[in-house]
Amino acid sequence: MFLFNSIKKVFFSISLLFLVLVASPNFSQAADSTGAPAADASPATAGSPSIEKGKSLFEDNCKSCHAIKTIEVGPALKGIEQRRDRKWLHAWIKNSQKVIASGDPYATKLFAEYKGAVMTSFPSFSDEEINSILDYVKAEENKKDEVVASSGGAGNAVKTDDSSAGYVKILLAGFVIVLFLIIVVLVLILSVLKKNLVGNADLTEIDADLVNQKFDIGVVVRSKGFKLIVGFLFVAFVGKAALDGVMHIGMQQGYAPKQPIAFSHKLHAGKFKIDCSYCHTGVRKGKSANIPSPNICLNCHSQIKTTSPKLEALRKAVENKRPIEWVRVHNLPDLAYFNHSQHVVVGKLECQTCHGPVEKMEVIQQYSPLTMGWCINCHRETEVKTDGNGYYDNLVKLHAEKNGTPMKVKDIGGLECSKCHY
Amino acid sequence: MEGNNNKYWKGVEELQNDPSFVKNAHNEFPEYLPVGTNGSEADEISGTHRRDFLKLLGFGVAAATLAACEAPVKKAIPYLNKPEEIDPSVANWYASSFADGVDYCSVLVKTREGRPIKIEGNKYSSVSKGGVSARVQASVLSLYDNERLKGPLANGKATTWGDVDKTIKSQLEEIAVKGGKIRVVSSTILSPSTKSALAEFMRKYPTAKQVVYDANSSSGILQANQISFGKAALPSYDFSKADKIVSIGADFMGTWISPVEFAKQYAVNRKVGKNNKKMSRHYQFETILSLSGSNADHRTPIKPSQEGLVVAEIYSIVTGNALSVPKSGVAYIEQAAKDLLASKGKSLVISSSNDVNVQLLVNAINESLGNYGTTIDIVNHTNYRQGNDADVVTFIAEITKGDVDAVVFYNTNPIYSHPLAAKLKDGLKKVKLSISLSDRLDETAAECKFVCPDHHYLESWGDAEPKKGFYSLIQPTITPLFKTRQAQETLLTWTGSKVSFYNYVQEFWKSTIYPAQTKYLSFVELWNHALHNGVFEIPSAPSATAAQALNTASVVAGINKASKAANGGVELALYEKIGTGTGNQANNPWIQEFPDPISKVCWDNYLAVPLSMAKAKGWSQDDIVKIQVGTNTPLELPVLIQPGQAVGTVAIAIGYGREKAGKAGNKVGKNVYPFVSTSTGTLIFNNVVTSIEKTGETRKIAQTQTHHTIMGRQNVQESTLTEYMQPNGKNAKGELVGDMAGRFVPMVSVNEGGNEQGKKAPEEVLLWSTKPNASMPKNHHWGMVIDLNSCIGCGSCVIGCQAENNVPVVGRQEIINAREMHWIRIDRYYSSDSPTTNDKSIAGLLDKRSEEPSENPKVVFQPMMCQHCNNAPCETVCPVLATTHSMEGLNQMTYNRCIGTRYCANNCPYKVRRFNWFSYYNNSTFDYNMNDSLGKMVLNPDVTVRARGVMEKCSMCVQRIQDGKLTAKKANRRPADGEIETACSQSCPTEAIVFGDMNDPESNIAKLLKVEKEGRAYHVLEEINVNPSVSYLSKIRNTKA
Repeated sequence: MFLFNSIKKVFFSISLLFLVLVASPNFSQAADSTGAPAADASPATAGSPSIEKGKSLFEDNCKSCHAIKTIEVGPALKGIEQRRDRKWLHAWIKNSQKVIASGDPYATKLFAEYKGAVMTSFPSFSDEEINSILDYVKAEENKKDEVVASSGGAGNAVKTDDSSAGYVKILLAGFVIVLFLIIVVLVLILSVLKKNLVGNADLTEIDADLVNQKFDIGVVVRSKGFKLIVGFLFVAFVGKAALDGVMHIGMQQGYAPKQPIAFSHKLHAGKFKIDCSYCHTGVRKGKSANIPSPNICLNCHSQIKTTSPKLEALRKAVENKRPIEWVRVHNLPDLAYFNHSQHVVVGKLECQTCHGPVEKMEVIQQYSPLTMGWCINCHRETEVKTDGNGYYDNLVKLHAEKNGTPMKVKDIGGLECSKCHY
Repeated sequence: MEGNNNKYWKGVEELQNDPSFVKNAHNEFPEYLPVGTNGSEADEISGTHRRDFLKLLGFGVAAATLAACEAPVKKAIPYLNKPEEIDPSVANWYASSFADGVDYCSVLVKTREGRPIKIEGNKYSSVSKGGVSARVQASVLSLYDNERLKGPLANGKATTWGDVDKTIKSQLEEIAVKGGKIRVVSSTILSPSTKSALAEFMRKYPTAKQVVYDANSSSGILQANQISFGKAALPSYDFSKADKIVSIGADFMGTWISPVEFAKQYAVNRKVGKNNKKMSRHYQFETILSLSGSNADHRTPIKPSQEGLVVAEIYSIVTGNALSVPKSGVAYIEQAAKDLLASKGKSLVISSSNDVNVQLLVNAINESLGNYGTTIDIVNHTNYRQGNDADVVTFIAEITKGDVDAVVFYNTNPIYSHPLAAKLKDGLKKVKLSISLSDRLDETAAECKFVCPDHHYLESWGDAEPKKGFYSLIQPTITPLFKTRQAQETLLTWTGSKVSFYNYVQEFWKSTIYPAQTKYLSFVELWNHALHNGVFEIPSAPSATAAQALNTASVVAGINKASKAANGGVELALYEKIGTGTGNQANNPWIQEFPDPISKVCWDNYLAVPLSMAKAKGWSQDDIVKIQVGTNTPLELPVLIQPGQAVGTVAIAIGYGREKAGKAGNKVGKNVYPFVSTSTGTLIFNNVVTSIEKTGETRKIAQTQTHHTIMGRQNVQESTLTEYMQPNGKNAKGELVGDMAGRFVPMVSVNEGGNEQGKKAPEEVLLWSTKPNASMPKNHHWGMVIDLNSCIGCGSCVIGCQAENNVPVVGRQEIINAREMHWIRIDRYYSSDSPTTNDKSIAGLLDKRSEEPSENPKVVFQPMMCQHCNNAPCETVCPVLATTHSMEGLNQMTYNRCIGTRYCANNCPYKVRRFNWFSYYNNSTFDYNMNDSLGKMVLNPDVTVRARGVMEKCSMCVQRIQDGKLTAKKANRRPADGEIETACSQSCPTEAIVFGDMNDPESNIAKLLKVEKEGRAYHVLEEINVNPSVSYLSKIRNTKA
C-alpha cells in the first residue's frame, strides 16, 4: 500500500505540475507573443570581437552582393571555407580578376557561372580583416534559421514579460529535479526497509506476504489508478496541443513569405535610412499604408542599380504593364477596421511598435501576432498623446475630474466594439 | 392618450380590426416565418436527414482541419503607376450632374480606389441645393449593372465600333442624298453641348429631325405657355416664396418635374419653431394619395374628370369672372381660392394635367394673383420636360406609313413606354436603318438593327442646363467598364468628326458660356471652378411678362367636354412612383425594393382601390382582378386597398412590367402605359375603365407597412398651427396647446414619491441608478432630431442608407416574409380625427366627416431607425455582449460576436433590428448586386458585409463619425458641426433629419434641442424611459379651422 500511495502522490504532483505548465505560457497574449522573438536575438553575434568586426565589414562591403544562405548577385557564402581554403579566399577577395587571369580552374568556372559579373576588388583589406569577415560568415551559417535580428527598436515593456517567463521555466525545472530526487530517495528507503524486513523472522503471515511480495510491474500497469492517470495525461496533452493549435488558427506571426522581388528593408530602411512613408505613401493619410507601386521604386532605381538582376521583376512589370503581385504579409481580417493614419499621425506611434525592427529585416515578416488580444492590450497600456492636440482638451479635462492616472486609450473608449468593428 | 384624440393606424387591416390582424398584433412577428426561402419549399429544405447531416459533419471536420493547416496566400497588388490623386482607402469626391431625361440633380460622387460608390447632393447648386432623391442615389448601382451592353451590336450580334460606324455612316449618307427622312428620338436633353452636337448631326444630314419624347410628359403646360406667353417651356417655380400653395394633381414633392428642388423650397416655409410660428398652407386636390397630398394641410380626393372643374371654380372665385361650368361639389375649393386671394403674389397654383385648357386656366389664375415674377418665372424658364406629345404621335404615324428611312433612339424607350408602342414596333420593321443608343438591349433596342450603347453618366463627360443660366458639368468618375461609347461622341463620329466629347464640351463652353460671363478672366479659371463646384451659374432676377388674354369660350368648352368623358364610369388614374418613376431604372434592385412611401409596397404594381369600392365589389387585398380599358389587352393585377384614393376611381403605377430591362426588373408588375390616353393629342395619364372583374386568384403584395404594429401607442404627435400659436396651456379637450401643442407627456404610476395623482415622470423612474444622467455621454453625444413637420416621406434616406451601409436586397418573397433589411424605414401613419366607427359604444357621437376614416385620412411620416437608447433594452438581453453602448451614446452592434439569438430584436421597443436570415452575397437565390463581382463594386469598403445569422441595425453611420473624428484629430481640433453627417441626414432634401453632437453647445442639434426641449421635441415611447438619442419634433398642420 505504501508503495502505491507514494507512487500516487508522485503522479499527483507531476500532474499538478503539468497543469501549471499548460496554463502558464499561454495565459497572456503579451507574454507569449511580443516577447518571443526578442529572446533569441543577440547571442550569435555577441561572440568574439573578430566576429563583430567581420559583421560590420561584411555589411559595409559585401552585403550588397552576397548573402549567407541565398544566392544574390554573387554566390551564397555558406560553407565557403569548405569549398576553398583561406589562402585562396584572401587572394580572391583582394583581386578576383588576378586569380581568374592566373588560370585557376575553380575561379574560371565560378566567373563563367555568374555570367562574368566582376566582383569588386578589395586590395585595401588586411588578412586579419578578411579573416574576421570569414569568421563572421562561419558564425552566421551556424545560426539557426532566425530572421529576426536583435531586440533593438522594440519597446522595453515587452522585455520584462519575457524574463518573468524565463523565471517560471527555471522554477519548474527545479521542481522536476526535486521531485525526481524525492522518488529516488523514496525507492532507496523502500529497498532498505524491505531488506531489513526480509531478514526479520518475527513477521506475521500477512506482513510476510506483503514484504515478500515481488514487485510486479504488470500489476501496476493493469491497476485502475495507473490507467486513470495515463488516460488523464493523454487527454491533457492532446487537449493542450489542440488548444494551442486552435488558438493559433489564422495567426501568422513570423510569416515571411518569399516575395516576387527580394526587397530588403534592411538595406533600404536600415542602411540607407529611407523614411518609411517615402514609399508607404498612405501611412499618414488613410487606412492603408500602401505597398509602393513600381513608379515609386523607379524614382530611385531609374538612376541607381538600373541593371541589377534583382530588379528584373520590376522592369518586367513596367515593360509588360502588369502590376507586381506581392504576397500580403499582414492579413487583418475584413471585420476589423484599422487605420494607419490614426495610429501614426494622431497616436504618434513608431512603425516599429507593431511591425518590429523592419530596418533589420532582410525579408519582411509579420512581427506582431495581430490578434485582437494584442490590439486590446496595447489600447489598455498606451497613454494617449494629447499634447498640442485640441481634440483631446475636453477629454483630458473630463478624465482629470475622475482620477489622476494618465489617460490611456481605454479611458476614451479604445476598448469599445465599434471602434474597430462596423 | 392625452396628447390628441386622433387614432393612428398603419393599414386598413388595422383600422378595421381584421381578425387576422388582431390575432397577430401582439406577436413579435406578424406571422409564422418559414425557415426556407419560399414558404412552400420550407418543408423540403428543413427535411435534412440524419445521414446527410453526419456526412456533412464529417466532411466539415475534415475540411476545417485541412483548411486550418495553412493560411491561404493573399496577394497585395499595388497600382502599376499610382495616380497622384488616388490613395487607397481614401475617398475622392467629384462633382457631377445627374440628368437622365426625367430628373436633374447636381451631385457629388464618392469614389474609392477609382470606383464610384455613393452619390450625395451638391450644396453649390442653387437648383438642387444639396438635395438628392432616392432615384438619383440609386443610379450608382445602375453603373454596375451586368445587363448593360458590353459593346456595339449589329443585327443582334456583337461587332466592333469601326465596323458599325462604317456601315451606319454610309447608310446615313445614302439616305440623306436621296432625301429620306431621318429621325432622332430622344428624351429631354438638358445638355446644351449635346444639343449642339445633335445640331451638327442634323447639319450633316439635313433630312434629320429631332423628336423629343418624355414618357411622362408635361406637354399640356408647354402648349399652354406657348399660347399664353409664346414660349413652349416650363417656368421656374419657387415654392419658398409661396404662402399658399394649391396643387391640382401635381405631386411636386414626389414626381412632378423637379421634386428635389421643389421639396427643398417647400420645406423652407414648413419649418416652424418656438420663435417662428409661421408656415405656408398647402391645398391638394388629387385622385391618388400622393406624397404631396399626404403632406398637404387640406387634401381633397377628386376624380380625374373633376380636375378641370376644380381649376375652373378656383378661377371663377379668384378672378371674379365666373365660368359656366357645372359645380363639382368638391370641398375646400372656396376656402382655397379665398386663401389665394389673401396672398396675392405670394401664392402658387399648379396642376399636373396634360389638358391644355386646364393649364391655360392655371396660367390665368397665377397671372390674376400676380404670381408671375415672384413664385413663377417664365422669363428665366427651365429646360425640364421638353417632350412634345403631338410630335411623337406624328412620328409614329410617319413610321407606320413607312415614310421614315432612318431612326436613332437616344435615351428613350418608346416601345416600352408609349401607348402606341405596338404601332411603333410594327412600323420600325419598315425602317431601313434603325439605331438605338441605349445602354442595354431594352424593348426598343431589341427592335433596332444597330445598338450603339451609351456610357453610364458616371463614365461620361457632359453638361446640363436645367434652368436658363444655371449650368452644371458632368465628369467621369470611372474609366468605362465596357466597350461602350458616349452617345454624343457616336453622333459626332457619324458626322465625320473625330473630336472627343470632353474636348467638344470644353470648346462649347469656351465659345458660348465663357463670353456670357464676367466673373472669370480666363477660360481655364472658369472651367476649373465649374468642374470643381460642379455648377456655374449666371442667375438673373425673376421677372414677369404679361400673358395673352384667355379665350374663355374654348377653354370652358374643353373643360366641360373633359368632365363628361368619364360618364359616371370608374376612372383610372395612372401615376408615377417615387422609386420606379417611368421605369427607366427598372433593373436597379435598390429601386425595386424601395418601399413606396404611401403604400409601402415593393417589387410590384397593383390596382389601388378605395375601401368603398372594394367593399361594394367584394374584393379584398391581394385578390387578382382583370382590368379592361377600351380595346387594350386586359391586365391582371392584385388589388390594394388604398386609403385616400378618391371614391369611384382606381389607380395603377406606370414604370412596371418591363420585358427587357434585365433580370431584376423584368416581369415585375404590369405595364400600364397602353392605358394612357392619347385622344386629345397629348398623353393624358388617366382613362375610363371598361370593366374590372375578380379572377378568383390571388397574388400576395410585398408590403412592409404592417410588419410592425404600434398597438395604439402615441408614436406620432401632432397639432395644428392655430393651437400652436395659442398661449401655453390646455384646450377644452384637455390637450396641450401653445409651445407644446399636441404633445403627449407620459407619466408613470408609482407606489411612492409620485405627485398628487401618484405619478412620476418616466425619467425619474430608474432601474439602475438613483442619479439620472449619471451615465450619459460626456464627450461627444451623437444624436438626431427629426422634424416630422418637414419630413415629407420621400424615402431618399432609405436609399442613402442602403448605399452607405451595404444593406442587401432580399427580393419580393423575403419582403412578404417580413425580412426586409433596410436599416431605416419610414413609418407612415394614417390618422383620422376621431375614433373609428368600429368602436360601437361611441359610434353615435361621430361627426359625419369621419364616418369612413379611410376615405381621406391624414398622413404622418416618421423615419424610424435605431434610436440609440441610453438605457437600451437590447443591450441588457444579449447573452454574448454583441450589442453594447459606447461612451459617445452609440448603441454598437458587433457582428463577429453576434450568435443570432435575436433576443435583442425581441426586446427592442422600436423594432429596428433586422436579422440576417440568409447569406445575401454570393447566393444565387438572391441574384441581385451582391451576387456578381461587378455589382459588388458598389459596396462601401468601410462597412462589413454581414454574414448569415447575425443581427444588424442602424449604426448611426459610425464609420462616418469615426472618419470625421479622425480628420479633426489629425488637424488637432474638435470636429466642426456639420462636418460629420449620417447617410440619412445628408440625403434628406428637406433637412428634416439633423444630426450632430448634442454635447457641443455650438451645434445645430444642441441649439435646436435647447429651444424645443419644452416644446415640440419628444422621444418616441418616452414612457418606457429608454432615453433615446433620437428626438422627434411634433408635426404641426396649418389647417384652417
